[in-house]
Amino acid sequence: MYKILKAEKLADKIFLMDVEAKRIAKSCQPGQFIIAKMDDKGERIPLTICDYNREAGTITIVFQIVGASTEKMAALQEGDSFRDFTGPLGQASEFVHEDLEILKKKKMLFVAGGVGTAPVYPQVKWLHQHGIAADVIMGSKTKDLLILEKEMKEVAGNLYVTTDDGSYERKGMVTEVMKDLVNNQGKKYDVCVAIGPMIMMKFVSLLTKELQIPTVVSLNPIMVDGTGMCGACRVTVGNEVKFACVDGPEFDGHLVNFDEAMKRQQMYKTAEGRAVLKLREGDTHHGGCGQCE
Amino acid sequence: MDIDVLKKVPVREQEPQVRAKNFEEVCLGYNMEEAQNEASRCLKCKNARCVTGCPVSINIPGFIKEVQDGNIEEAYKIISESSALPAVCGRVCPQESQCEGKCVRGVKGEPISIGKLERFTADWAREHGISPKKPEKTNGRKVAVIGSGPSGVTCAGDLAKLGYEVTIFEALHEPGGVLVYGIPEFRLPKEGVVKPEIDNLKKLGVKIETNVVIGKSTTIDELMEEEGFEAVFVGSGAGLPKFMGIPGENANGVFSANEYLTRSNLMKAFQEGYDTPIVAGKKVAVVGGGNVAMDAARTALRLGAEVHIVYRRSEEELPARVEEVHHAKEEGIIFDLLTNPIEILVDDNGWVKGMKCIRMELGEPDASGRRRPVEIPNSEFELELDTVIMSLGTSPNPLISSTTKGLEINKHKCIIAEAENGQTSKEGVFAGGDAVTGAATVILAMEAGKAGAKGIHEYLSKK
Repeated sequence: MYKILKAEKLADKIFLMDVEAKRIAKSCQPGQFIIAKMDDKGERIPLTICDYNREAGTITIVFQIVGASTEKMAALQEGDSFRDFTGPLGQASEFVHEDLEILKKKKMLFVAGGVGTAPVYPQVKWLHQHGIAADVIMGSKTKDLLILEKEMKEVAGNLYVTTDDGSYERKGMVTEVMKDLVNNQGKKYDVCVAIGPMIMMKFVSLLTKELQIPTVVSLNPIMVDGTGMCGACRVTVGNEVKFACVDGPEFDGHLVNFDEAMKRQQMYKTAEGRAVLKLREGDTHHGGCGQCE
Repeated sequence: MDIDVLKKVPVREQEPQVRAKNFEEVCLGYNMEEAQNEASRCLKCKNARCVTGCPVSINIPGFIKEVQDGNIEEAYKIISESSALPAVCGRVCPQESQCEGKCVRGVKGEPISIGKLERFTADWAREHGISPKKPEKTNGRKVAVIGSGPSGVTCAGDLAKLGYEVTIFEALHEPGGVLVYGIPEFRLPKEGVVKPEIDNLKKLGVKIETNVVIGKSTTIDELMEEEGFEAVFVGSGAGLPKFMGIPGENANGVFSANEYLTRSNLMKAFQEGYDTPIVAGKKVAVVGGGNVAMDAARTALRLGAEVHIVYRRSEEELPARVEEVHHAKEEGIIFDLLTNPIEILVDDNGWVKGMKCIRMELGEPDASGRRRPVEIPNSEFELELDTVIMSLGTSPNPLISSTTKGLEINKHKCIIAEAENGQTSKEGVFAGGDAVTGAATVILAMEAGKAGAKGIHEYLSKK
C-alpha cells in the first residue's frame, strides 16, 4: 500500500497528492510518469510526476477528473492509500542526460497548458537547481483553473501567464504569447518543451516548426501496463511506430502524428468513442471509459 | 467401471455451446475414481520414457502409482520434489509432445493422461490444505528473482527450499506473470489455481514485492551493491508484442493479443464491477495461429463476438496445441487458413472497418522446416470486421538488458545464458525462460528456472 500524506484540491476538478513511494522517489527524473491503481478493481491510471522528495521518499501527483476512475481517486483523503503505485516509467527528459555546460548555453522555453503544468514543473525546477533559468508560458482556460503559479514563479526565469477568457493576466492562447515573444520582443529559443492537451501540443508544434525551434512534446495516450507489454500507447513518430510508455513519453513534436494520436486517445474517452464502444462492447462495457455513469 | 487399457479415461468438460458464453474452466478434471482408473492403465515402466520427456523430470510412474493406490498426499509430495506449479502444468503443458508423447502405452493405444493426473493430484492437495513446508532456518544469503512468471517462481521455490532468503520483484500489481496476464481464466483459473500456487511459494518464505520495474524503479546493480543480494535470477519473460507493419494497424480497434488478454485476464475487464474497459467487438479477426491466438480468439468469443482466426499457413502448421485448436473449433471459432492480411481498412473516424487479405499456398520448406507460405497472385479479398487482434508472437523487454552493465544479449534482444545453469555474461547474474529463449512454454521456463536455481546454488556455495 502507498500512503497519501497530503491531499489538496488545487482548482475545480484538479487535485494534488503527496504519496509515499520510496523506490520511485529515489530513482525518478523529470519527464517520467507513474501508474496508480486505487483498489482491487481499479484501472491502472498513468499520471505525470509533478514533484518528488528523495529524502522523504514521496512523489507528488496532480490530476484532473476526466471520468469515473479519476473521480473516485479525487475522493481519497490524507491517510488513505493507493493499492498500487508503480514507476518511474518512461524515459527521463533528454536534457537530464545532456552536458551541463552545453545545456547552460541553451535558451529553453516551456509551454504548459492546463494540468500539463504539473509535468512541466519538475523539469523547470530541475533546470533551476542546476543554475539554468528557463522561460515558461502557462496557459489555462480561466483564472480559477490556473495551478502551481506560485511554485512555477519560484523556479522559472520569465513566467508568462495567459487565460483563454482573459480573466487573469494576458488573454488568448499560448501560441499567441509565443508569437509575441519571438516576433515582437526579440526572444530567441533553442528548444521548446510543450506539455498540455494534445490539441495545444499540435498547434505549438506547428508554430515552432514555422519558427524553426526544435520542440519536445509529452504524450499521454491510453496505456494498460506502462512497461511496453500491451502496445495500447503506440504512436507514429516520423515513419516509425513507437510505444509512448517505454520509448517516450517525450517525442519530437515536429514528427508526431497528432491526428492519429488524438483519434486513438478518443477510443474510450469522447462522446464519439463512447457511442462506438457502446455499440461494440454490448454488455461488457461497465464503466472505466472514464465517462459513463 | 470397465477400463479399456488402450483408451484414456475421458475427462469431463463443459459443453461447447455452454462454455462459449462463460469464463468458467473448460476442463472439469478427474474425480478420485476416474483418476485411479486412469492411473491403473500405467505400466509403471522401470526406465520410464515419460520422465525423459518432462523438462523438470517429475517421477511420473512414482506419483501415478500413489494415485492408483489412493495415496494422493504422497503423490503430491513426489510431484512437488520437481515442480513448483503442478496445478498449472497439469493444465497448460503440451503433454502430447512431452511426457505423454513418450508414453509406452501410446505405442498401441492412447498414452496415459499424465497431465490430467497431475492436475487431479495438485487440485486434491489444494482442496485438502496440503502445501510445502518452510525450511526450519535460512542460510541468511539473499537472492533476488526478477519476474514472478513460471521461471521466476520455480527458481525462487527451489532456492527457498535450499534455505536462501529469496525476494521476487514483479513489475505488475499481481504476481504470476503470463499465468495471470496472458492465459485466460477458462484455461487457468486465477483465484482457484494460480493464487494458491503463489501462496505456496510465500509459505516457503519467499517474499514478493510487486510494482517494482527493474531497470526503472531500481537496477540489478543497485540490488547487488546496495541491497545486499548476492545473486540475481532474471526471469522477465518476453513481453513485447509484435505488429505486422501493414497500413492501418494503428486504427482504433486494432489490439495486440497482449493488450486484449491483459485487459481481460489481469484487469478482469470481462467481469462486472471492474473498471478497465475492453472492446468486445461484433466481428473479430485474430491474426496468428499460436496458443496466444487461440486464447485471444476464445476470449473474444466469450465476450460475444463472431471470431475468425486468420493464419497464413495451413492447419497442419498451426503452432497451437492440438487440444486448444480442437476446443476453439468446438466453440465455433472460424479458421481462415492460408490467408494473410495486407492492410487494415479504416473508417473516417479512425476505427477498423475491415481487413484486406490475400490467399496463400504452401511452397518449399523454410528454415523452420515448415513449408513456406507464398502469396497467390490476384487473390486479394476483403473481410468486414470491427476488431483485429494481432497475435504474432512477442520478444523480450529490453528494460533490464539496457540498464544492466555487462549483461550481454543476442540480436533478438534475448539475454545470453548457459542452458545448464543460467549463467549470464555478468557475474552473479543468472537468467532463464522467455527472456533467454524468446517466447516458449510455461514448462520450458520452469525448466530454466530450475537450472538457474541450481546454478545460483553452485555459485554461492563456492563463493
